[in-house]
Amino acid sequence: MAALTNMTESTSALSEKKKYKVIAENITASYDEVVAVKNVTIKFKDKAVTALIGPSGCGKTTLLRCLNRMHELTKNATVTGRVLLDGEDLYSNAQDPIIHRRKIGMVFQKPNPFPTMSIYDNVAAGLKLNGLRDKAVIDEIVRGCLQMVYLWDEVKNDLKKPGMSLSGGQQQRLCIARALAIQPEVLLMDEPASSLDPIATQKIEEMINELKKEYTIIIVTHNMQQAMRVSDYTGFMYLGDLIEFGETRQIFENPRNELTAKYVQGQFG
Amino acid sequence: MKVITLKKGPVDTDKIFKVITLLAATYVLVIIALIVFELVSGSFPVWEEEGLSFLTGSDWNAVEGRESFGALPYIFGTLVTSGLAMVIGVPISIGIAMFLSEIAPKFIRTPLSFVIELLAAVPSVIYGLWGLFVFRVYFKDWIEAPLYNMFGDSIWFFSGTPFGLDIFTASVILAIMIIPTISSISREIMLAVPNSQREAAYMLGATKWEVFKMAVIPYSKSGLIGASILGLGRAVGETMAVTMLIGNATGPAAFPQSLFKAGQTMSSIIANEFNEASPAGLHIHALIGIGLVLFITAIGINIIAHLLVARVLKAHEGAVQA
Amino acid sequence: MITTEQRAEFRKRFRYNVNQRLITDKIVKIIVFACVIVAIIPLGSILFEVFKNGSAALSIEFLTQIPGAIGTGEGGIGPAIQGTLLIIGMSSLIGVPIGVLSGIFLSEFGDNRFGKTIRFFNDVMAEFPSIVIGIFAFLLIVLVLGNFSIWAGTFALSIIMLPIIARTTEESLKLVPITYREAGFALGIKRWAVITRIIISSAKSGMITGIMLAVARIGGETAPLIMTILGSSQFFAGFNGPMDALPLRIWRLSLLPYESAQAQGWGAALVLILIVLSINVGVRFLFLRNRGKASFWHPRREQKWQR
Repeated sequence: MAALTNMTESTSALSEKKKYKVIAENITASYDEVVAVKNVTIKFKDKAVTALIGPSGCGKTTLLRCLNRMHELTKNATVTGRVLLDGEDLYSNAQDPIIHRRKIGMVFQKPNPFPTMSIYDNVAAGLKLNGLRDKAVIDEIVRGCLQMVYLWDEVKNDLKKPGMSLSGGQQQRLCIARALAIQPEVLLMDEPASSLDPIATQKIEEMINELKKEYTIIIVTHNMQQAMRVSDYTGFMYLGDLIEFGETRQIFENPRNELTAKYVQGQFG
Repeated sequence: MKVITLKKGPVDTDKIFKVITLLAATYVLVIIALIVFELVSGSFPVWEEEGLSFLTGSDWNAVEGRESFGALPYIFGTLVTSGLAMVIGVPISIGIAMFLSEIAPKFIRTPLSFVIELLAAVPSVIYGLWGLFVFRVYFKDWIEAPLYNMFGDSIWFFSGTPFGLDIFTASVILAIMIIPTISSISREIMLAVPNSQREAAYMLGATKWEVFKMAVIPYSKSGLIGASILGLGRAVGETMAVTMLIGNATGPAAFPQSLFKAGQTMSSIIANEFNEASPAGLHIHALIGIGLVLFITAIGINIIAHLLVARVLKAHEGAVQA
Repeated sequence: MITTEQRAEFRKRFRYNVNQRLITDKIVKIIVFACVIVAIIPLGSILFEVFKNGSAALSIEFLTQIPGAIGTGEGGIGPAIQGTLLIIGMSSLIGVPIGVLSGIFLSEFGDNRFGKTIRFFNDVMAEFPSIVIGIFAFLLIVLVLGNFSIWAGTFALSIIMLPIIARTTEESLKLVPITYREAGFALGIKRWAVITRIIISSAKSGMITGIMLAVARIGGETAPLIMTILGSSQFFAGFNGPMDALPLRIWRLSLLPYESAQAQGWGAALVLILIVLSINVGVRFLFLRNRGKASFWHPRREQKWQR
């Protein structure tokens, strides 16, 4: 299967690094012997939403997890390549991954707030880790993050209530607030609305549209309409290869690759 | 829909089979009921004679005509040795469970947990033998004597020249014996914590230990407590190793006064004296009475532990994430 | 909305404590590893000492003769070995059938409140002080029959075996897929036959593991034997008198102040540990399919995501 592995524009390396917040370069990732991502290179623009779409098993979630070095936590998982965040390679051996992980926030498919913590403590969890002690600053950050996820008005009087007392959609927004609290530049979202009802999904999509004004968002989704609604750029993956990458409108209205066309027309899923 | 059977005899063999298995299953209930009955009736004379002061008294006099028995020193002895065993054993067990569930490389997990389980397979009497002739010597010289030299005058529970056959030694051996129980259940409980919890912590940039502190421990806390209480139950019922190492004091002298003094537990006094107690007097009934108290203590502890652990494991089994 | 500039400001407030956190992480790893070592050292020492001291005492005479006069160091532990083998055999004759049938009940018919109750009491019984069970057997059997005997000892040990075997049998049977049962019923085979012929043969290795582990467990039990079989210096002399067993003999020898007695104690301990450990180790390796020990709590979970 012929695979397109690079974006079509070519500029000098340095200015490229400045234009793109995150660059995934020649990423090859495997579980045991199975290669899930085959030599994929994508450049993600700052303050924009990039969607990764493709059928189950195409490697989009694996690629996402490579961006914040979560992939290597799975047993027998290996990854090669580089991930540049503001020009710095996260995979250089210089530093422990924990330093890099906190620069990038991640939200998972099913909401997973810490059940023994209150709403406040859930959001503040990452701050405590990073040694922030000043209560006033923590309060400010918690409020700011809960506002960004449209949760503040709903819970501002109930901050001490357990995180699990919220509805599914609210819990997911809580998890997004938790990820935003550590002040990342990039937000990774792995099918964030797939376990939610349509109304909660809509809220999340509205939120993404607001957040992209200040954050770089990379979202994996199996819902093509969602990709059309929220993303500026889209990458289509199939069986580990990056088949096509470009502006969302172009991918969906005028795909250059035959396989892409088949997928976005719903001929396979 | 009825199962179509090829042969239909006059006797429903399935029903018979079910009844047989049912009877076998009920056997345990019958036994427990019988145990209660026998213990109560077997100890009845001492309750009659001493009343509730059997539980509060500390005499231990088997001489005919001046018979007087009180179980309190041994109740204390059991509580102190088991408690101390917990204080030593629980942290070590949690550490082992953490190592096996979070840190150890894959290839080492199974052999290592097997080795720890072997600790549980060693018979109690062999622990006692080893404790008596090997451990005691080192323990006395390297730990007890220095502690006595440093704190013997100032801290009351370090007083008394240590000879090695005392509460401290018995408690430490007890701790070693309950480690396999507590650590293996704790490990199960830690493994039951959903990985999504760990991922959330890793995402925030947590180190392994921080992931453990933030995501695993709070989630499994009550289960770990249950596991520890189960270890306590085991420690309470342990007999032979304790008997061989605790020094066998009786009467008021058996009250735990210092780590370095001899003591006695409920199970050890039964083991020591049962065969010498003549069924004619009150002595044997006193021992059976102690057996009854031990029974109630152990069952109470085990019931609490089971409820705690079962509740935690069940909650995780059916856990709905959101 | 928290802007890029604001984020940078907030990040400045973070303490750059990463090195400290990594060091703490390392220290914890070391402490935790130390816990493992602390647990393994006693095991190593016990095995070492038992083998070292016990093998000195071993000989054919030691294994087959009756004990000599106290303190002389003569004679052996023949009756004790015979006694242990006899009593675990007889206890199994009672404990295994009842335990297996209980396990079958719990697995096949026990998915209800009554089953839960039985399971609960089995678990409670399993971690029970064995000396209390000895008292019970003393009251029920020794006093009634009027003498110490193998009956009392067998009764006590079978009670100890029972919950272990019931639980492991139940767990092994539950691991057999329900489709096996359905296939049997669909063929018109009666339920009891499906269970005994089809299901049990699938669950065989797990069940045998549980039984062998229970046997190893009662082989090492001492406390319930004290007031049931009492102990003896003669070979088995009939069903109505006292007899010896290895754990009892070890204990009695340890109480004597003679070096020779101690040496014999180590020898007896070696024999006992060889029996117990070879059952434990053998069962693991022979039945590799059965993962983990006969756990009271859960079949071991498959840990897919590990670090």
